[in-house]
Amino acid sequence: MVPPRTPPRLLPSGDSAITVEFSRKIDDEANRRVLALDRTLAQEPIAGVTETVPTYRSLLVHYDPTEIDFPTLGRKLAQLAERPVSSSERSRLWRVPVAYGGEYGIDLEDVAKTLGTTPEDVVARHIAGDYRVAMLGFTPGWSYLSGLPETLHMPRRQNPRLLTPAGTISVGGVQAGIQCLAGPSGWHLLGCTPVRTYQLHREPTFLLEPGDRVKFYQIDAKTYAEQERAAERGEIIAELVRQI
Amino acid sequence: MTKLVISSISPASSVQDGGRFGAQRYGLTPSGAMDRLGLAAANCLVGNAPMAPAIEIGPYGAAFTARDGAVRVAFSGAPRSAEVGGRSAGWDTSVTIADGETLKLGMARGGSFSYLAIEGAIKGEPTFGSLAVNARAGLGSPYPRPLQAGDELGVSAASAGPERRIDLPAAGAGPIRVTPGPQDDEFSEEAIKQFLDSEWKISATSDRMGYRLEGPDIEHLHGHNIVSDGTVNGSIQVPGNGQPIVLMSDRGTSGGYPKIATVITADFGRFAQIPAGTSFRFRAVSMEEAQAEARKFAELLRTLPDRLGSIESFDLNVDALQDANVAGVAVSAMDAGTWQAADALVQENF
Repeated sequence: MVPPRTPPRLLPSGDSAITVEFSRKIDDEANRRVLALDRTLAQEPIAGVTETVPTYRSLLVHYDPTEIDFPTLGRKLAQLAERPVSSSERSRLWRVPVAYGGEYGIDLEDVAKTLGTTPEDVVARHIAGDYRVAMLGFTPGWSYLSGLPETLHMPRRQNPRLLTPAGTISVGGVQAGIQCLAGPSGWHLLGCTPVRTYQLHREPTFLLEPGDRVKFYQIDAKTYAEQERAAERGEIIAELVRQI
Repeated sequence: MTKLVISSISPASSVQDGGRFGAQRYGLTPSGAMDRLGLAAANCLVGNAPMAPAIEIGPYGAAFTARDGAVRVAFSGAPRSAEVGGRSAGWDTSVTIADGETLKLGMARGGSFSYLAIEGAIKGEPTFGSLAVNARAGLGSPYPRPLQAGDELGVSAASAGPERRIDLPAAGAGPIRVTPGPQDDEFSEEAIKQFLDSEWKISATSDRMGYRLEGPDIEHLHGHNIVSDGTVNGSIQVPGNGQPIVLMSDRGTSGGYPKIATVITADFGRFAQIPAGTSFRFRAVSMEEAQAEARKFAELLRTLPDRLGSIESFDLNVDALQDANVAGVAVSAMDAGTWQAADALVQENF
């Protein structure tokens, strides 16, 4: 029995894009439907569709209005979204090294205080999480992960920082993140990874895909320094554990 | 090799082209020209593909010197005074800068961005098919950052052949047209009415990533946090302070504020050209109208070569414009409306 599913809402995003919205909340089931529609469009392209951008809860479909109009594309997308979503989703699992605390994660102590526990326990909770790449966005390679243990849910910082380092591993609200480039962030910084989720002139340029799974493990400063040098040379530091 | 040397250049100037598409799903912003018509017209004048890389020049002046050969260039977008080797040149034309000569461009009048295209286009190493500068991601070629004095661009030597001018349709002067959504249901009817009925100004803190608007506070129905979703050029986000931000070419690919409306494709370049501090309004249109206008705009870009003419007839235009000024139609740099009036008078004189 396939459980009944609510049809997505088709929201116009100007004259050249449609947002196919499956949910208004962060919701793994909705995200699976987003990624399923994204895959369908990759396998059975619709003429006029130029690019798709999956997010937690919606798929943004860019198109060329000289090739296809809003009502025609909307009908086709609604039909494709009806397709059943396979429960045995293809996914890859990556092991991602993290140097926690100190200069690598300047908020670790404060997070521990706020949660009434020790920094070691915060690290243990973060490592225990089974994460899924729900979307990439904001800046190249910024990976938004679902699956943050509830014991680490906490509001974002009151004052976002204007500059946080490349490779930052952080948590914000119910989400965890891997940040590739230096940039602003209002999340809590727990550590740093030498893994570059985005690196020009490397194959692949972008390491993680929406739908991939992620497990973190702890490394010391010496290992971090070694792996950082290897990453600079273009090596892929994250370990691909399995491909289903 | 022939070079175009940048002697001086306005801040917020960079190499831009049609943009870098196909990797928004990885968070890679498309970048690309703020005013695609300006880019296409400049390229058309020197025989380049419409979205070939060119120099997008910010509001202040710029000067370029040809080295080791003559360089043919063309300019379009926000009009400026242009002078090459001491001779003044008309706007929307091509000119050849002789070896060692300097082209001087004044400040933008009634707009923000101008485009300098170079015959044979700018040479560089494309990433994701584009030379467009995206400073935040360290992308762009030949320099992955805004241009500065002393930069040198490798170019082709100028071909022989007459200079050209291009007759562009007068830019529309009406409100900036938008389609509602995708999150217009996060706002009350009154808030949407206030958004559409109010006069807005572009804040001086605006940049290629987003134009901040100054006007009345637009209130949300359910708070200002939504779960991030995808953005497009022209998405109008309303953050917590109620002052909308229109996302521009260097936008983040996703955003977490409700988007009340979206600037239509045909008006995006015209909106990008509104100078900081200038008042304007929005007007909501139907999806049918927005898409019909998008098709017309694409047709305009496609048929730009039909609008090319010889340079001689341009001189008449300059005379007519001077006549218009002599006749007492003051052209104000801050008020596009007076440009329209002057244009209309020029047409009548013909």
